[in-house]
Amino acid sequence: MTVHFNKEGFDKALASGQLMMVDFWADWCGPCKMLAPVIEAMGDEYEGKAVVGKINVDEEQELAIRYGVMSIPTVIFFKDGEEVARKVGVLPAAQFTEVLDNYLN
Amino acid sequence: MEHDIIVLGCGPAGLSAAVAARSRNKSVLVIGNPIEDSPLARAERVDNYLGLPGLTGLELLQTMKKHAEDMGAQFVTGRVVSLMAWNGSFALTVGSDVYQGRALVLAPGVVRAAKYPGEDALLGRGVSYCATCDGMLYRGKDVMVVGRTKDAPEEANFLHSIGCRVSYVSKERPDELHGDISHLSGTKLEVMGEDRVTALGVDGVKHPCDGVFILRQAVAPADLLPGLAIEDGSIVVDRAMQTNLEGVFAAGDCTGKPWQVSKAVGEGLVAGEMAAEYLDSKSTNT
Repeated sequence: MTVHFNKEGFDKALASGQLMMVDFWADWCGPCKMLAPVIEAMGDEYEGKAVVGKINVDEEQELAIRYGVMSIPTVIFFKDGEEVARKVGVLPAAQFTEVLDNYLN
Repeated sequence: MEHDIIVLGCGPAGLSAAVAARSRNKSVLVIGNPIEDSPLARAERVDNYLGLPGLTGLELLQTMKKHAEDMGAQFVTGRVVSLMAWNGSFALTVGSDVYQGRALVLAPGVVRAAKYPGEDALLGRGVSYCATCDGMLYRGKDVMVVGRTKDAPEEANFLHSIGCRVSYVSKERPDELHGDISHLSGTKLEVMGEDRVTALGVDGVKHPCDGVFILRQAVAPADLLPGLAIEDGSIVVDRAMQTNLEGVFAAGDCTGKPWQVSKAVGEGLVAGEMAAEYLDSKSTNT
């Protein structure tokens, strides 16, 4: 499952310290649309192991600014409430799973 | 909509691949810059294309494009900014539009992969290749547009229209540029900043900014497709014009010298045929 975060939801999930992968995106961004099915699939694949979420940078500008998102899609990984990795742009799914697997093992 | 084959580039190699693939009854989408922007379009006379000496480069290109159009190839004018292989197909974006295909033919010509100092390290941290994708994140901020294409002024005007404070860097000020956009001439550029862009160095002078949009003719194939094998600046292919990645073929100047129309057309034909054959073999196997 993929969670669509607003600020409150995101901060709550962040405070829980669990492993998270969050995709910063927007409607007007073609590459984001392209990455969307990959993120969805990963949400299913990592169900129960990691939180896979999405943040719309138009609706949640404060979060985009907080994390200095300057290009979308940007995928940020969090663990124990801290950013642990960041991937910018459209990349093969393996580049995302690698980071998650690394923190799960 | 999904196409059988997507061809990147509409020079002789790409158009030849399109014609070959259409002859095998595959649906083909060709994505490329306007043919007038091709280096071949600037050739005053091409005398070594067998059987058709004396045409200008532009005449050759126009004839070839018409041939591909008459064969039923579809065309999109624009620059592919990102590409992704996913579940046996390929998705590409041109601006905010997404296109899908089951096989790819890379025929972008010679794409100079040389980058500015600092560009790679700060990509996504202030450096962007796509004004329509990232422009909104820079509203109210200072951005520099490095314009290396004919349509770059349009993209700079777009950034200006959504509320970015835009300066434009190129050799000469383009006529199309909005009057409110300042212009800097310079050729020696350097993207500056630690963990995010703070300035663009232009011929040794530091210009503070939050973002740098670098708009080139094309994004280099190796940047679009991580893992694509490149040797001495050329895409590595076998006799079937197959690259090291499944379903990805390449033809023309991007595979190496000689940079000649005949070679490009020949390779394009092979790439188009082999891409069609690849799809046929895939559908028999599944």
